Amino acid sequence: MDERLVDSSDRVVSLTETPDMVAHDQPGSRTETNGAPQERTLETRDLRVYYGDFLAIRDVDLDFLSRKITAIIGPSGCGKTTLLRSLNRMNELVPIARTEGHVMFQGQDIYAEHVDPVEVRRRIGMVFQKPNPFPKSIYENIAWGARIHGYKGELDALVEESLKRAALWEEVKDKLDQSGYSLSGGQQQRLCIARAIAVRPEVILMDEPCSALDPVATFRIEELMRELASIYTIVIVTHNMQQAARVSDFTAMMMLGEDKAGEMIEYDETNTIFTRPADPRTEDYVTGRFG
Amino acid sequence: MILRARAELDRELAAIRERMLVLGERVATTIDDSLRALRNMDKKLAEAVIAGDAELNEMRFEIDEACQSVIATQQPAAGDLRAVVAAMHIVVELERMGDHAAGIAKTVQLMGGDRFERLPETLERMAARTQDMLGQVVEVYAKADYERAYNVALLDDKIDDSYQSLTHELLQDMLEDEKSTTRGLYLLFVGHNLERIGDRVTNIAERVIFMASGKMRELNPEPGDARVS
Ligand SMILES: Nc1ncnc2c1ncn2[C@@H]1O[C@H](COP(=O)(O)OP(=O)(O)OP(=O)(O)O)[C@@H](O)[C@H]1O
Ligand SMILES: [Mg+2]
Repeated sequence: MDERLVDSSDRVVSLTETPDMVAHDQPGSRTETNGAPQERTLETRDLRVYYGDFLAIRDVDLDFLSRKITAIIGPSGCGKTTLLRSLNRMNELVPIARTEGHVMFQGQDIYAEHVDPVEVRRRIGMVFQKPNPFPKSIYENIAWGARIHGYKGELDALVEESLKRAALWEEVKDKLDQSGYSLSGGQQQRLCIARAIAVRPEVILMDEPCSALDPVATFRIEELMRELASIYTIVIVTHNMQQAARVSDFTAMMMLGEDKAGEMIEYDETNTIFTRPADPRTEDYVTGRFG
Repeated sequence: MILRARAELDRELAAIRERMLVLGERVATTIDDSLRALRNMDKKLAEAVIAGDAELNEMRFEIDEACQSVIATQQPAAGDLRAVVAAMHIVVELERMGDHAAGIAKTVQLMGGDRFERLPETLERMAARTQDMLGQVVEVYAKADYERAYNVALLDDKIDDSYQSLTHELLQDMLEDEKSTTRGLYLLFVGHNLERIGDRVTNIAERVIFMASGKMRELNPEPGDARVS
């Protein structure tokens, strides 16, 4: 399969066909961090999302660096989930949602005409807050999605590899035909991560992936994220400040503006955000003074 | 969202600050005592200064433990974290100042002889400046006033100047009058201790600036960074 995003008519969308997108030095656009050039996998430009008339997030300009973990933090209702869902067109499944602006994925606007949202969601996978395995066997949880996305290879090998990458293989290899529901919460979440990995995405979006898990399971997922970050670009929304501090390389802080639209107010290396943030609102939030 | 027990964190941070102020005051008193012991050749007072050092060490460890406990139980971040880290450094500087005061007191014990008619003017000036600077830095710490902290740090240059003058004067005396050599060397050592206290005040000022602004500025090259004195 071609590495570029294609629509259902198999027409390859080339970059020259989307001249209206933002000025952009690509392919392989780069950003400087500590002097070292870093590749950006995802970039949002002037990204706005409405639910009906309600503006949920305003003008978000954010870079997600390749094979880095970016955490999105901020108070409840500031639009973190909305932002995350707009990164793989998942918000289109919300009927009243409307997205404006650009999300560039490896230099290409995923909202451009002819871009296939299903393909976008394959390459930019998502893991949700509550583990949501399919009501199927552990094996099928992984094999099914891959099959749907046209995977033609050896399924047994894919299942094993995905479960291994999700650090679950050892625990389930003898009971692959059992229901996904028979696993513990932490195992279910790793199963969902394995399922996301199985379709060979490049980005994994995680919306509070550990909020239903105990500390041990949480640490396992965090450790797993660190390992996955050697291959994937990861974006995680979390309410757990320590988790953001522990696991991410970069942190974006969101806040509600005066008109209740969510805004990105600060973005920096995680270390900086948690030791000397520039914006006093970030300081208030990470020190628990907010609200 | 995880709401941090902000009230408890605030209480613990305030307790650390309070203890630090008490320690700062105790150190100031100790330095004052050591200088008084010197002026009066008061060996008993000198002994008290030396014995009192154990208590300063004790206070230092208490503050240190309180800092570790806040980190372990409250996970401070940003300005809170900087306050704790600053406290852990400042407490060491203060405790070491106590050692310098004890150093002066030991000189008194070793020196022997009558009380001074008066200490060299330059040494008195240096002592007054050092004590003033210490008082000020404790105050800027209490108020997290990083702009004034910067000014306090600048005062160290004057102390260094005094120390150089003192060295010259004492060496001159020693050359002119052999009998003054022993005492001169001891007074030089007193001057050295005061100069080190000044350096430590500057280190504290640096920490206050970092704590309050998030910016690290080295205001005081460490001895060994090619300083001639
Ligand atoms: N499907 C929807 N329909 C209408 N409004 C929505 C929808 N989803 C979210 N919103 C609104 O958009 C705003 C942002 O919601 P979002 O879920 O993105 O916030 P969040 O930062 O993820 O919050 P939380 O931390 O509580 O998960 C809120 O005001 C919310 O009510
Ligand atoms: Mg959310």
